[in-house]
Amino acid sequence: MRGVLSDRMGAALLMAPLLLFLVLAYAWPFLGVVKWSFTLPTPGLGQYQALLTDDLVQSVFIRTLRIAAIVTVVSVAAAYAITVVWVRGSPAQRLIAEFCILVPFWISVLTRAFGWVALLSNRGLINTWLQSIGFISEPLTLVRNEFGVVVGMTHFLIPFAVFPLASAMRSLDERVLLAARGLGSSRMRTFWTVFVPMTRSGIIGSALIVFVFSLGFFVTPAILGGGRSVMIAELIYLRIFQSPDWGLGAAISVVLVVFVGALMALLFRYVRPKQLV
Amino acid sequence: MPTYRPGPVSLILAILVALFLLLPLLAVIPVSLTPSRMLAMPAGELSLRHYRSLIEDPRWLQSILLSIRIGIVSSAISTVLALCFSLGVWMFQPRFTAALVGFVLLPMVVPPVVSAVTLYFLLTSISGVSSFFGYDTWLGVAMAHSVMTVPFATVLILVSLSQLDRRIDLAARGLGAGVWERATRVIMPNIKFGIVTAALLSFVLSWEEIGVTLFITSVNAITLPRLMWMGLRDNIDPAIAALSVILIIITVLVLAVRSFVVRLRGAQGEGKA
Repeated sequence: MRGVLSDRMGAALLMAPLLLFLVLAYAWPFLGVVKWSFTLPTPGLGQYQALLTDDLVQSVFIRTLRIAAIVTVVSVAAAYAITVVWVRGSPAQRLIAEFCILVPFWISVLTRAFGWVALLSNRGLINTWLQSIGFISEPLTLVRNEFGVVVGMTHFLIPFAVFPLASAMRSLDERVLLAARGLGSSRMRTFWTVFVPMTRSGIIGSALIVFVFSLGFFVTPAILGGGRSVMIAELIYLRIFQSPDWGLGAAISVVLVVFVGALMALLFRYVRPKQLV
Repeated sequence: MPTYRPGPVSLILAILVALFLLLPLLAVIPVSLTPSRMLAMPAGELSLRHYRSLIEDPRWLQSILLSIRIGIVSSAISTVLALCFSLGVWMFQPRFTAALVGFVLLPMVVPPVVSAVTLYFLLTSISGVSSFFGYDTWLGVAMAHSVMTVPFATVLILVSLSQLDRRIDLAARGLGAGVWERATRVIMPNIKFGIVTAALLSFVLSWEEIGVTLFITSVNAITLPRLMWMGLRDNIDPAIAALSVILIIITVLVLAVRSFVVRLRGAQGEGKA
């Protein structure tokens, strides 16, 4: 009984457990969330109408898009700077750059957010230091506002922005760069007119990854924003746990998924999956 | 052979970024040594009281043990499921492979907060039926973590399978080995490294998971990140700084050992995965 039939049976038997698990524990409850968005508190499209009219929800959406855009630009630029050294530096430089990228990458988001609290809060490192040298008399407000959120999110997302950039820079043919230099182009000019354009796919990939990640970000904004600059994810949390309005929380989740799905579709049109990692 | 190296401007910018990346990790060290009960820089004397409170306060120990238990169970579930699935994909190359793999990767791409709402829905629904498996139970958290980590385990195992030479499987098959023998005695020994990595990554991801855990626990299943979160939100407890220092040291040590092992393997086997 070995042959086509048993092959199919084998495949089905091996693949079924995970597929079944995810259908039951992920796909089915997701449909439940979609159902909430249409049925709570009353059946109909009321929650989606509220999304379009509620001032608070609107301002949170706009703030989220604004923060995500700023974080994307800053993270990709910063990631680019360190990736150049990680990919093209001398062996020692590469090792140091790799350490600086991978250590934060593996440390939990909570520890990293806490590190920024320790640096930026009123009694934190920066304010204590600036006061002790007499530069300022009152502590600067560096957290519990949008500044803190942007700093913390940028710090979290730089390593994620590095990986697509690194793969783009690795696949770049070094001889082109040497040719440009050999033909008399300056370092700066070679960088801007040859190096950067040739890593375009990496830049697009890493910008989209960072942007998509920042849209659904929860922990860092909640800690460094201190409840004052709420983003979409925290709004969902508040709607579900503090002002029990499950319908609205569910509706925001559905909108977020659709939006992110559209962005991902865009990503895969421009960058093939292989180029991402 | 000349090479194209970054110039001085690149190096300076990269150093600034590197400082930005390391600064918050270093900042927790002085805070952890403060004698004050509140978050503050130590002025003058240093104290280890916050390290001591990690050992003496039973809440920290309990949540560490809980996080370890949840990490082991969820890592076992997601590694076994991911391994079976990947073996099925690799050995039989069924139709719609791309769609099936895409489906499995969903929890990795969907914004975590949406997965959190989804798993909250799941576990509150289960709670109606069973009180020991569902919302705010450790088994519920372990299952939710498996959902979140299984895409990562699958990617790692599929990648290590993609580097395997198909001909050894064909040879085993030609010599009469059945599906079970091919899987356990030919393929799995060759992707050991990938399987172990998948299990470790799943454990680490579960160990630090907070986004989903916040939605599905309240008072009973307090994992370590959940306890840290509580300490961060209310009144910032410097014990978190002490804990952070320990976690950072462990991470640095593990990465150092890993890079050493990778180098050793590279020297021996010329870069085999």
